[in-house]
Amino acid sequence: MDLTWSDEEEAFRAEARGWLEENLARWREGCGGSPASGDTAEGFAQQRIWEEMLFDARWAVVSWPEEYGGRAASLWEWLIFEEEYYRAGAPQRITQNGIFLLAPTVFEVGTQEQRDRILPRMAAAQDLWCQGWSEPGSGSDLASLRSTARPVEGGWMLDGQKTWTTRGAFCTHLFGLFRSDPEQERHRGLTYLLVPLDLDGITVRGFSRLDGDTGFAEVFFDGVFLPDSGPLGATVLGEVGRGWNVAMATTSSERGLTLRSPGRFMATAERLLELWRAVDGATRAPHLRDRVVDAWMRAEAYRVQTLAVVSETLAGNPPGAATSLVKLWWSELDVELHDLALQLLATEAELEGPWSKGWQFSLSGPIYAGTNEIQRNITAERVLGLPRS
Amino acid sequence: MDFRFSEIDQSFRDGVRAALDERSSPAAVRAAWDAAPGATDRSAWEALAAMGALDALVPEAEGGLGLDERSVVLVFQEAGRAGLPDPIVETAAVAAPLLGSRYAGSGAVVASDLGTSAAPGTSFVPWAADADHLLLGGPDGRLHLVAPGEARLEPVATVDGSRRACRVEWEPSPSSALDVPALAVARARERGVLAAAALLVGLAERMLEMTVGYVAQREQFGAKIGSFQAVKHHLADAALAQEFSRPAVHRAAWSLATASADAERDVSMAKAMASDAALVTARAALQCHGAIGYTTEYDLHLYMKRAWALARAWGDAAAHRRRVARSLEM
Repeated sequence: MDLTWSDEEEAFRAEARGWLEENLARWREGCGGSPASGDTAEGFAQQRIWEEMLFDARWAVVSWPEEYGGRAASLWEWLIFEEEYYRAGAPQRITQNGIFLLAPTVFEVGTQEQRDRILPRMAAAQDLWCQGWSEPGSGSDLASLRSTARPVEGGWMLDGQKTWTTRGAFCTHLFGLFRSDPEQERHRGLTYLLVPLDLDGITVRGFSRLDGDTGFAEVFFDGVFLPDSGPLGATVLGEVGRGWNVAMATTSSERGLTLRSPGRFMATAERLLELWRAVDGATRAPHLRDRVVDAWMRAEAYRVQTLAVVSETLAGNPPGAATSLVKLWWSELDVELHDLALQLLATEAELEGPWSKGWQFSLSGPIYAGTNEIQRNITAERVLGLPRS
Repeated sequence: MDFRFSEIDQSFRDGVRAALDERSSPAAVRAAWDAAPGATDRSAWEALAAMGALDALVPEAEGGLGLDERSVVLVFQEAGRAGLPDPIVETAAVAAPLLGSRYAGSGAVVASDLGTSAAPGTSFVPWAADADHLLLGGPDGRLHLVAPGEARLEPVATVDGSRRACRVEWEPSPSSALDVPALAVARARERGVLAAAALLVGLAERMLEMTVGYVAQREQFGAKIGSFQAVKHHLADAALAQEFSRPAVHRAAWSLATASADAERDVSMAKAMASDAALVTARAALQCHGAIGYTTEYDLHLYMKRAWALARAWGDAAAHRRRVARSLEM
């Protein structure tokens, strides 16, 4: 066991820290001092500029190969970058669904042509990807989805509706699951498709999340012709009819390491400690100290557990279903961190601000990417080996 | 950066597990509840002594294995898993490295009040009923090594009957005082806390495994009760607490072994999280077993009661969170 960083890793951290500090300030200044939320039209446009800055300095996708705009960074360096990114107070990435959910699948099952076409434009925030999985009748029970892709000459005919599509109102492309074989049921007969949102017959309607931002969209497909060749290239990712298996690769990314790295929660925990120290000791409820410490420890424990998981992953033992435990941990921790901040703010918590906004956002964590009830079922069945109901 | 244990550490762990599976079986733990003072079966202890596990932290030059905390944390975890009814924390983590060559090779059983007394002489001494030596905190602020024959021992009933505790009356003398630097004593206390946390990790694993095994075969309403979502969620919560406290304990072992500046904070975080995880697991295990778990004829209580005791010994979760709070300048 050796828990020290190498000189090269420390140098990587210093370089990231220096760049972030300088350029984040520059970007904020360009936004008039306080950038809007990335889940509004204004903030999304501002963050495209931020993403371009990251890409130009090769910080957008550090773990990708250099030919696609990355630095071929190790998993350790990726973790270090994430720590520094959130420590600096940088915003949650508007590209995250593309670079953390779609890209790993493209690397795994995409053709060379698809990788070359999709990845560089994604890294540069030229194409912005949203996820088209959930439907009005299909949330946790994703396999019940009903949107269809009918094979036609030269491509597919799409019909149906996706919803809860994060930042769908601002994105340019959608990766989604469609039922391509009406004879098959549930997990079988689905196909994973890559869909430009400017095709005829697609209607996107943004709507407000709990915090009031237009972070959600519903996407309607009404006799949409999606070519499977030509200028759009191949729009099927993986095998036709095997979309469920293809999609599950991104599900484990979403629950696991690559979307919710510990850096974000460590940064929130540190800000909670700052808030604790800033609040007048005479008005601060003393019983909260124990919970604040506990929340800080839970964030730190996530960081430490990640070191263990990455060590095993690099040794050829990826975590598998245990990523459900990770999703339970960070999502419930995020709620607790924000809940404590609101308690420290007392009546001020009623005012719009980073903590009240963050609190509302944190409440989505236990719901999205498979509700925590589903994650507990997965943990019990696939980690502990309990019988299925 | 590599969080994994070395192959040598792992094979040491495997050897200890095999020995304790055989010699610290549930029947052996149960027997320790009823044995007369000084009459416990020492075969598990002797096996650990023969493997070098008891003086593993003693430097090689003084007759030990010369290992550090990160190599032995798994040994303590195994002792917890087996419910070993002997003072391995007090002996192997605290006394042996303090005593060095005076301990090495002796295989002696050392009981101590360091984990149970808030102030010298105020409390009871676990495992004192069978001890060869007593390591006691004196009113002079020093540690004393006392022979049981020179103290008055009064057995005291504890919730976990295999803790074999006594109230001890004794007189400190110049010859009983240990001549060790305060820094070594402080480090020994940290080791005790870490080792107790590791035992709790092993106890929690044992209780969860027992419960998973039980609910996977117990039938009610025509189905295995482990297929019911309410039962699954209790056990998922236990697994969750363990998944994140275990690495915190292993990290604390590294911090102590490398004399990290954050060692005290990391040890306290480990004990707080391991205590909470063991108590959450104990509660889930009892509830999911139903009435069968609520008997002393079934084995669950052997491990559950040990977890209750160790969660509070060596500082409970709240006390250790207070220490973490101080390190965070809260």
